[in-house]
Amino acid sequence: MSALGERCHLYLCCFLNRSKLSIRDNLYKFMLLMKDKSGAFRMHDGGEIDVRACYTAISVASLVNILDDELAKGVGNYIASCQTYEGGIAGEPSAEAHGGYTFCGLAAMVLLNEVEKLDLPSLIGWVAFRQGVECGFQGRTNKLVDGCYSFWQGAAIALAQKLMAGSDEQSKQSQPSKLSSVDDSCGTSSSGLASEKSSIVDYAKIGFDFMKQSNQIGPLFHNIALQQYILLCAQVPEGGLRDKPGKNRDHYHSCYCLSGLSVSQYSAMTGSVSCPLPQHMLGPYSNLLEQIHPLYNVVLEKYEEAYEFFSSE
Amino acid sequence: MGSSSGEEGEEEWVPPSRRPELADVAPLPQADGPCPVVSIAYRGDFHEVMDYFRALYAAGERSPRALRLTADAIHLNPGNYTVWHFRRVVLEALDADLLLEMHFVDQIAESNPKNYQVWHHKRWLAEKIGPDAANSEHDFTRKILAMDAKNYHAWSHRQWVLQALGGWESELQYCNQLLEEDVFNNSAWNQRYLVVTRSPILGGLAAMRDSEVDYTVEAIMVNPQNESPWRYLRGLYKDDNNLLVADNRISDACLKVLNKDWTCVFALSFLLDLLRMGLQPSDELKGTIEAMENSDPETGHADIAVAVCSILQKCDPLRINYWSWYQTTLSS
Repeated sequence: MSALGERCHLYLCCFLNRSKLSIRDNLYKFMLLMKDKSGAFRMHDGGEIDVRACYTAISVASLVNILDDELAKGVGNYIASCQTYEGGIAGEPSAEAHGGYTFCGLAAMVLLNEVEKLDLPSLIGWVAFRQGVECGFQGRTNKLVDGCYSFWQGAAIALAQKLMAGSDEQSKQSQPSKLSSVDDSCGTSSSGLASEKSSIVDYAKIGFDFMKQSNQIGPLFHNIALQQYILLCAQVPEGGLRDKPGKNRDHYHSCYCLSGLSVSQYSAMTGSVSCPLPQHMLGPYSNLLEQIHPLYNVVLEKYEEAYEFFSSE
Repeated sequence: MGSSSGEEGEEEWVPPSRRPELADVAPLPQADGPCPVVSIAYRGDFHEVMDYFRALYAAGERSPRALRLTADAIHLNPGNYTVWHFRRVVLEALDADLLLEMHFVDQIAESNPKNYQVWHHKRWLAEKIGPDAANSEHDFTRKILAMDAKNYHAWSHRQWVLQALGGWESELQYCNQLLEEDVFNNSAWNQRYLVVTRSPILGGLAAMRDSEVDYTVEAIMVNPQNESPWRYLRGLYKDDNNLLVADNRISDACLKVLNKDWTCVFALSFLLDLLRMGLQPSDELKGTIEAMENSDPETGHADIAVAVCSILQKCDPLRINYWSWYQTTLSS
């Protein structure tokens, strides 16, 4: 029986690998078609261009290991042009700084290894002030808190925690640390030397290496307060999660409130700590969720499986 | 529901299968595969409209009846971007009346003001119509913003129209009006920033900065707890910290606010940024900070920036982690 199982497994792998090739090939071609001359991406054929579309394209390309210089060209500059005077990132240049787009923009920049094009201290300063007296996050300045921003804003801060140098670094000023999976000496990222056939940057590895480093600094938001909002205000007694009391539950809010809760629970792990401590969590330790990968919002374990699968040839 | 001009008359809706004009069309069912999982229980009318849509779509038809059918599909699900895309293809092939089309999409937009597809379609149309569309598009976004002054799509569209088609003349006044109605409207402050920095009639940030600082400081004085003008003020001096530090009105404003309310987090935070940028605190300012520290039993700090930072950790406990981290970044 086990031999049969092994053969099935083998056939399945062959099938998946073959489909993998054509799926990735077609996906790459599609994405290239969705690329606009500005460097940004459209959501679909003839669709709108915004930071959300850039993140969608870049994160999927990264996950599936098809991200290259051709796809990456110009995206970083577009996203950087969407950072507003407030510090957050907007959907399009000149629009209002917004939590959803801030996450999308920052995550995409990390995956492109172009975070240095953003003013990270300004971004962090804006996100930190999005936590309201209700303890949840608001999406924009002077708007109401909403459970889904637990992820959009919370994860943005979680990303920043890995990027900002701690106080024991050489530079006194906090500088974002460039990720080490890149050969810096050529620096071809967005200057568009399109004639280069192979990427010097191993883009897919950025996402993988990101979780190998520990948090440089502790949480920059009040993680317990956020958990209070999620558990006490965003939960619906019948199950599921919501924007705020008075709103109905839905799958979107259930997803992002839970993702935000996970981010919050794992946010205080610094240095050599390998799992959240009870004091980082609200409620019993049984409240602990699976850890998610903050760049993709996928359970970390599943991401690692995907990385293995898509990086094998 | 059937015509492209979007007339919602008292006429009863006729399902596609009973429309003479579609009699020769063989409806194409959705290709769910042999073992569909999680099948959606589509309503009868939805199912039928989409079956007919698929048939015309697959056939590559570009006819008035195809246009009419997309209207049905859009009413049933205005989020179906494939239908919108097909509608655009048909509109182009038929060289249809774009003003009528704009009227159609405006009706959908009014009842679906947070739908991405609708606004994208408007943008596509407006681009084709050109500068003549500017006024009506501004009227439309004004109408939507009157119902929800922070609708993100409406603001994006308005900004796009300004930059692509014009209409800047009354925009600053519009911002003034919105801020009179609600000085906490951050979208209006954001729009103000666009106008002040990008309007071709106003001369740019350097020319506008002075009057804008006065406007903003006044707004701060009336509502020191309003975060928007504080951020806007900072924005006016983006990329020019030296100018910011040198403008006495700014540090004076912080001081004035703190003298009335020494716990004002925005004032303290702004002050902290100024100090970090090299502001030399006046004796009055130093005195105010010391007074704040004295109301707290802990020992004072030699470095005034560090002092402000520790005050913030007390006054803004929600952001205690942020301020602690910020303190580590201050050069000693």
